[in-house]
Amino acid sequence: MSTPEVQAEIPFFAPSPKVYPQQVSGRFRRIKWVILFVTLGIYYFLPFVRWDRGPNLPDQAVLVDFERRRFYFFFIEIWPQEVYYFTGLLIMAAVTLFLLNAVAGRLWCGYTCPQTVWSDLFLQVERLVEGDRRDRIKRDEGPWDTNVWRLKITKHFLWLMIAWWTGGAWVLYFSDAPTLVYQLATGTAPFAAYLWIAILTFTTYVFAGHLREQVCLYMCPWPRIQAALTDEHALNVSYRFDRGEPRMSLKEARKHEAIDEKAGDCIDCHQCVAVCPTGVDIREGSQLGCIQCGLCIDACDSVMAKVDRPAGLIGYDTDDNIKARALGQPTHYRIVRPRTIVYALLLFVVGGAMIFQLATRATASISVLHERNPMFVVLSDGSIRNAYTVRIANKRPESRPFALSVEGPVGTQIEAVGVAPTSDWRPVVEVGPDQTREVRVLVTMPRGIISEKSTLISIKAADLFAGENVAAKENFFAP
Amino acid sequence: MDTETKKQIDELSGTATTGHDWDGIRELDTPMPRWWLWTFYLCIIWAVGYWVLYPAWPLPGGPTPGILGFSSRANVAVELASLHDQREAMAAGLATTSLQGIRDNPDMFRFAIARGRAAFGDNCAGCHGLGGGGAKGGYPNLNDDDWIWGGSLDAIHTTLLNGIRWTANNDTRIAQMPAFGGKDGVLKPAEINAVANYVRSLSGLPTEPDAKLALGKELFVTNCAACHGEAGKGNQELGSPNLTDAIWLYGSDLKSITETITYSRAGVMPAWKDRLDPVTIKALTIYVHSLGGGQ
Repeated sequence: MSTPEVQAEIPFFAPSPKVYPQQVSGRFRRIKWVILFVTLGIYYFLPFVRWDRGPNLPDQAVLVDFERRRFYFFFIEIWPQEVYYFTGLLIMAAVTLFLLNAVAGRLWCGYTCPQTVWSDLFLQVERLVEGDRRDRIKRDEGPWDTNVWRLKITKHFLWLMIAWWTGGAWVLYFSDAPTLVYQLATGTAPFAAYLWIAILTFTTYVFAGHLREQVCLYMCPWPRIQAALTDEHALNVSYRFDRGEPRMSLKEARKHEAIDEKAGDCIDCHQCVAVCPTGVDIREGSQLGCIQCGLCIDACDSVMAKVDRPAGLIGYDTDDNIKARALGQPTHYRIVRPRTIVYALLLFVVGGAMIFQLATRATASISVLHERNPMFVVLSDGSIRNAYTVRIANKRPESRPFALSVEGPVGTQIEAVGVAPTSDWRPVVEVGPDQTREVRVLVTMPRGIISEKSTLISIKAADLFAGENVAAKENFFAP
Repeated sequence: MDTETKKQIDELSGTATTGHDWDGIRELDTPMPRWWLWTFYLCIIWAVGYWVLYPAWPLPGGPTPGILGFSSRANVAVELASLHDQREAMAAGLATTSLQGIRDNPDMFRFAIARGRAAFGDNCAGCHGLGGGGAKGGYPNLNDDDWIWGGSLDAIHTTLLNGIRWTANNDTRIAQMPAFGGKDGVLKPAEINAVANYVRSLSGLPTEPDAKLALGKELFVTNCAACHGEAGKGNQELGSPNLTDAIWLYGSDLKSITETITYSRAGVMPAWKDRLDPVTIKALTIYVHSLGGGQ
């Protein structure tokens, strides 16, 4: 495979070529604008959406409350010990990524990845201030006069404003948004808020303004993983070389046609390269640098329309079909195939399990820990007592009374230290809204009713009003 | 072999290879992007800035301090001081509230339990065990409902303040049982055996087949009833244990009881008012009372 020996010294470092993506319009550009407005709209304004949870809980629809260790998402409230919901979401996110990849390649990269979306926004600002590709290239090659300075400063100022707003929106997810906005405006916000705004302003400005495609090429692991996961039936943004080659100018093509030689549809205008946000040439095939945003499709289609040739020289297609076309065979699409079925099934199973778990989860829980020092106590009348640390969690936004009872051999009694019993001798523990409470519980069995060293008992907490029951099993130890 | 001679152009990508060859797999020699180098320089600058601002270089006399004067140890001290202040603010409430008042106030009760548990671990666990379960040899279990000197909040508080047989304290609790067979020599071994069997019978424990229970009872009434009562139920005012229940501080077997009657027992607890502050003793009272036996 290898050929001639290298003569020149290769440098350790080389400056990355600057990419000047050109403005383009068309179907995919419109889709990308819609996605950009929707996703950024959600990101910037979601913290201000209110959701009434009653007087005891915050009314912000989406809130990560580190101080009280709760996560709120509209009607869902997650406690720290329920972190497995996030595990489930991450599994679903990964499988969704795999599924999208099996169906249509790097849909995530091209349309919804924050790096793509913010870079797209920053690029548009750059175009509005500095003009399109040709103007920008020319300006960067020319001398830096006052006009250039004015444009550059304007651009960077606008970039920093967007970046600052991005960081500002981020911190609003971790505190009551209107309050924090007021605090930020009056300079009374907590230090962490300013720090995180500064950090995210910096990263947004650097990543979306300066690094752009370098993030995809050198930092992101997904292109590598994606390359290993793809197959010949996945739709990818592809150049149909069977139709396009041999590429030549319109003039050359006419000459070729005159002598009955094949001329490809590609007129080698380089528009696909000019509009590419990562600066690659799609005609070299699927590659690491291609995020499959579809903008080259729009560019090529508009050129084809101008030269009166059919659109679709660049389009979503599979490797298999490209080969088939080259051989003159019929094309076929296999969206439903083992891997898409497996991914979809996995998604369904994990998602279904999560929804089921979420819909059926209890709004109270009990945990019982046996006191180990001493394991048991013999009382004056010879009865035996064990002590337990019982923690009851009330996941509802109002205070609830829980009556404690014990299931065990006949005669087993329960009491809670510092808690008055009701008329039927069940201690009633009042647990505050969205809180947990710990009580020391004493379980006593009269002399002679058990002979085993250890007996399984069950401690139950029953909501006196709502009727919800939770119970936990523990051992009762005897001499 | 000279690797230079193996440098080749990869046909597919048109890029040169490094010349390294692993079973036919060659590495492309692509230059790193320039900004990568800048991040490296930035890290170096960051590191130098860190040396200047923060403690960094370990020297024989301690690390270089850094001009910000940062010290995690000092930060911990500040946090501990603030925690101490918060605790003292709550402790002030304990000082002015009665024991029953603390017991009835959920917040104070919780705080007293936490403070009491910590103080118990530091001061009491050595003899009574970490959970107050007691130990063989005369260290009472504080979880049960049997109290020699009383299990009310006030009785526990008094015991904690003044100690038991703590001679340095004039108010200490003292109960002195005679050594009936030892230095005091009141009873003969056979008589002691009769009393011991009789005492076991009081709480329904089996006695020796040839035990002289009648003699034991007669001797008990003469010698023991003054403190333990005729029925052997004890007296918390005098600190005499109840002999009819299931709890035995020094053991319920005949040998242990015989030893107790012969030589007497005299466990000692320090007067904690000389060692701990009043608030901590109050917290300990609440904690011990809450272990399960409080009356």
